[in-house]
Amino acid sequence: MPEPDFDEGAAISATGAGGVGQGAIAPTGTGAAMDLAISEGATLERTPGGPEGTGPAGKPRSLWGDAWRDLRRNPVFIVSGLIILFLVVISLWPSLIASGNPLKCDLSKAQLGSRPGHPFGYDGQGCDVYTRTVYGARTSVTVGVCTTLGVALFGSVLGGLAGFFGGGWDALLSRITDIFFGIPVVLGGLVFLSVVTSTTVWPVIGFMVLLGWPQIARIARGSVITAKQNDYVQAARALGATNSRMLLRHIAPNAVAPVIVVATIALGTYISLEATLSYLGVGLKPPSVSWGIDISAASQYIRNAPHMLLWPAGALAVTVLAFIMLGDAVRDALDPKLR
Amino acid sequence: MGRYVIRRLLQMIPVFFGATLLIFLMVNVMGDPIAGLCGDKACDPATATRLKQEFGLDKPVWQQYATYMGNVFTGDFGTAFNGQKVTELMSTAFPVTIRLTIIAILFEIVIGITLGVVTGLRRGRPIDTAVLILTLVVIAIPTFVTGLVLQLVLGVEWQWIKPSVPPDAPFDKLLIPGLVLASVSLAYVTRLTRTSIAENSRADYVRTAVAKGLPRHRVITRHLLRNSLIPVVTFIGTDVGALMGGAIVTERIFNIHGVGFQLYQGILRQSTQTVVGFVTVLVLVFLVANLVVDLLYAVLDPRIRYA
Amino acid sequence: MRGATHAKWAACAVAVALAATACGGGDSGGGSGASGIVSSSWGDPQNPLEPANTNEVQGGKVLDMLFRGLKRYDSKTGAAKDMLAEKIETTDSVNFNITVKDGWTFSNGEKVTAKSFVDAWNYGADLKHNQKNAYFFGYIEGYDKTHPDKGDPTAETLSGLKVTGERTFSVKLNQKFSTWPDTLGYAAFAPLPRAFFDNHSAWLSKPVGNGPYTVNSYTKGSKLEMRKWDGYPGPDKAQNGGVDLKVYTDNNTAYTDLTAGNLDLVDDVPASQLKNVKADLGDRYINTPAGIIQTLAFPYYDEAWNTPGAVKVRKGLSMAINRAQITDTIFQKTRTPATDWTSPVLGADGGYKDGLCGDACKYDPAGAKKLIQEGGGIPGGQVKISYNADTGSHKEWVDAICNSVNNALGNDRACVGNPVGTFADFRNQITQNKMSGPFRAGWQMDYPLIQNFLQPLYYTNASSNDGKWTNAEFDKLVNEANAETDKAKAVDLFQKAEGVLRDQMGAIPLWYQNGSAGYSTRVSNVALNPFSVPVYNEIKVS
Repeated sequence: MPEPDFDEGAAISATGAGGVGQGAIAPTGTGAAMDLAISEGATLERTPGGPEGTGPAGKPRSLWGDAWRDLRRNPVFIVSGLIILFLVVISLWPSLIASGNPLKCDLSKAQLGSRPGHPFGYDGQGCDVYTRTVYGARTSVTVGVCTTLGVALFGSVLGGLAGFFGGGWDALLSRITDIFFGIPVVLGGLVFLSVVTSTTVWPVIGFMVLLGWPQIARIARGSVITAKQNDYVQAARALGATNSRMLLRHIAPNAVAPVIVVATIALGTYISLEATLSYLGVGLKPPSVSWGIDISAASQYIRNAPHMLLWPAGALAVTVLAFIMLGDAVRDALDPKLR
Repeated sequence: MGRYVIRRLLQMIPVFFGATLLIFLMVNVMGDPIAGLCGDKACDPATATRLKQEFGLDKPVWQQYATYMGNVFTGDFGTAFNGQKVTELMSTAFPVTIRLTIIAILFEIVIGITLGVVTGLRRGRPIDTAVLILTLVVIAIPTFVTGLVLQLVLGVEWQWIKPSVPPDAPFDKLLIPGLVLASVSLAYVTRLTRTSIAENSRADYVRTAVAKGLPRHRVITRHLLRNSLIPVVTFIGTDVGALMGGAIVTERIFNIHGVGFQLYQGILRQSTQTVVGFVTVLVLVFLVANLVVDLLYAVLDPRIRYA
Repeated sequence: MRGATHAKWAACAVAVALAATACGGGDSGGGSGASGIVSSSWGDPQNPLEPANTNEVQGGKVLDMLFRGLKRYDSKTGAAKDMLAEKIETTDSVNFNITVKDGWTFSNGEKVTAKSFVDAWNYGADLKHNQKNAYFFGYIEGYDKTHPDKGDPTAETLSGLKVTGERTFSVKLNQKFSTWPDTLGYAAFAPLPRAFFDNHSAWLSKPVGNGPYTVNSYTKGSKLEMRKWDGYPGPDKAQNGGVDLKVYTDNNTAYTDLTAGNLDLVDDVPASQLKNVKADLGDRYINTPAGIIQTLAFPYYDEAWNTPGAVKVRKGLSMAINRAQITDTIFQKTRTPATDWTSPVLGADGGYKDGLCGDACKYDPAGAKKLIQEGGGIPGGQVKISYNADTGSHKEWVDAICNSVNNALGNDRACVGNPVGTFADFRNQITQNKMSGPFRAGWQMDYPLIQNFLQPLYYTNASSNDGKWTNAEFDKLVNEANAETDKAKAVDLFQKAEGVLRDQMGAIPLWYQNGSAGYSTRVSNVALNPFSVPVYNEIKVS
């Protein structure tokens, strides 16, 4: 499997991320020789090696290209993709599956449970929980996904650079990160968002990116510091690879896993954070419909009407699940040891 | 290493000034806090003016900052609006919060890493799926609800614990609040550990170790875990601040008069003195936590040297 | 509801699993402290515990136990009755001669004399002391010298106050105010011992007063222990051994502690638990009227709300609010739909008049729609109801009002809530005339007089006239009422003024607020006074 061209990322990466003391440049094969993991779970199973894994000889393949080929065959990726597609569709056209009006509320039906035509019951204001959950998808998915993307990009670029270059750059970027860590969310929200008059979700997303990036930056920095010690990176450096080539080809694929893990979980917390901000009057301007707002409103009545919490929280859980699965699939695809 | 630590400690000085200035300006931008002190009535203008003078709010911002910093260096962090010294507030709030944070972090380390190792080694097995579902529950259900349900079940139904923590907040009374506080972070720690373990379990050195015939638990703890911990340690380092300053929900549910609560009150009442004082101390805690994390990198992976 | 039940069980199952790993025993002797001691929930007072500086109910509770003034409001009727006052005499409603009863002392043994009152009032009125309730002394002559609107005070004492004997002093007001003696039950008018002036910081850390309780220990931010003062000379001696006030970060936690048997009294049952009080407490729950009214005020400095047509819009909005449904559902009957601008605690003699608002406060969606159209529609096409988001659960009722208005008008964006992050910011927007639509206005009476519900709120440029409403007819009637020495006639004039307010719909009355409290099986004879403060001294411990 390893190809002779040592400038080829995939081949070099195949030596693995470890190598403390062993220093082995030995190729790892297809991942079946030794397995502490005992067995691959059904959900994470993949076609080992094989001709399609190596591709046509002579034509240089990039690691990212390999990853994409892997992904398309991964059932986990397909399932998560379908869930995300569904979320996108109902975000764009909620009326496809919900005929009601999320703002139409009748207080006389407050907190009532399931009724014909209203399978999820009513919330504290007598609004239909099902309709609100469907209509809440647009805001919540936009907030969750865009914030996560922003935080992940911004954070991993800054953190990655700090970790890669080290020294003065690291000191400067890391200390800026520390200051940003110090800003309490509530204070930041009241200061930055109370002056905003826009009724869109973008100021909220921008604000969450502003306060969210330091965490990802730290994680990315730590990963890059580890990854750049690897033998294949040192080898690439010795062979005169440029900084950008080393970062993109050799370090990023090996450092990205923790970032993906943190980002996919954080996606759920961002959706909830929007509600905290909205509650303080600095998030989305009323009348907004979002899972976060409904979850926080329902939380108060957990003793009397838990059904109000169940559906928006369930929708949030499914969304997070889809992205965790997606993240897992992407990470696996980027890990040459699994190939 | 000594020089590296000294350099890092010196870097705290600019961060200290930067953070205090930033927070000072932010609280200031929020506007006049005096109007909030007179209940649903308008403050009478003469008293409002006097109060502004007393808290130095009538001066330009730079002068207020200069005065404040001058006082800080003599150990005077100012006075909250209810007449309490900020140092007094800090001396009651921080010990409680530090105990709570220690418990939360211990939970993260013990439960989080254990679950992470187990699921990482048994990917796709029922235990992995079960932990994944638990993770989703923890993320989707607000801390408020988890805390409240635990409080009702353990505190009221079964009477195992008291629903509220007494003012002196000893370690044993903070176990459940600590667990609630740690719950979301547990999800992160578990999944980070799981991913790292899964990734590294195929590494050459693990194969070598197994091939050498080392016992399984030794391979896991000495070789596999040690090399998998860097992202986890980084995360816990970043989490210290969030746990200390952002425990407002947990603190309210269990009646803990800690940093999160005081900070939240200070922000809502726009008390510059309280907020800047607490945040300054928190930033110093982050700096120390990050330094410790960076030192741990080198312990966990000897190839990493102090730059 | 099947799904809901499942969720409940799932949550409990998780709790059990987690608990098994983390819990040991824990309960070290239930109950709530020493025998005869009532433990009660408390919030951290926002100001130092000085009588003239305490303007919120948490500090007010303590002062109510620690001090007795010249008058005291009856815990049931709210009527002002003599306490330390032997007699208060006047012939012209301007000059008052006050005699203090003999035999009263502070708990440190110092006698309560006329000087104790005069010194305390002078202290409170002096601008230099930053007392937030200084305005209570504003009717006394010389207030403009000790508390000028601008600049430094030119006098340290009120020229209208004169000590005329050990137990007598005279008060001269700067205007006619026939019912002024009835205001003297307010805590700001309490007497103060010399220790307050001589060693102020020591007094603040352990206040000394002349009430039925003494301070045993005070740990700021967590606990205040009050004990029965055996030597208390008054008629309303404490029926229990003392009261421990415990500071809670959240009233929901206090309620949970009560249901778990760790607390005896919660005087602020959280809205989210109101549905459970029957199940949790049975009949150990009280819900009694308090002198608090909630209204929606309008920004009259905004042209759009000050047109002749806007009267109809305001009336229409008032009629679009289904008060009964909101008070039943959101507040679980801890509010009563308002039909005038005062409070039922005044009683019919005191000026409360049920139904004074008439049809304008009755829910009538069709009529509301018609009136709003006649008035030219809602200014700007959308009503934004502003409220502060940081304290109280205002969001729920504002949303409910908006839904009610939207349903009446058949437009789901006719009304929206407009949360403001902090209370200070909310107050600043009000005082700087920046509101662009109706906003939340709550009024807790200082003393049970109809005057207190009208003059500070609606008189031209009055201190709490947040909407800057102004009406010459209303002002004239209030002036006449204040000058009237016959109480019944004065009340009548005030009600006429209230009629003017109604015809202009100067503010939309929403509901009268009740005080609600829950208590443990250990205690009995629990009641709330019209200020929604528990009558601590009457609580019996079994």
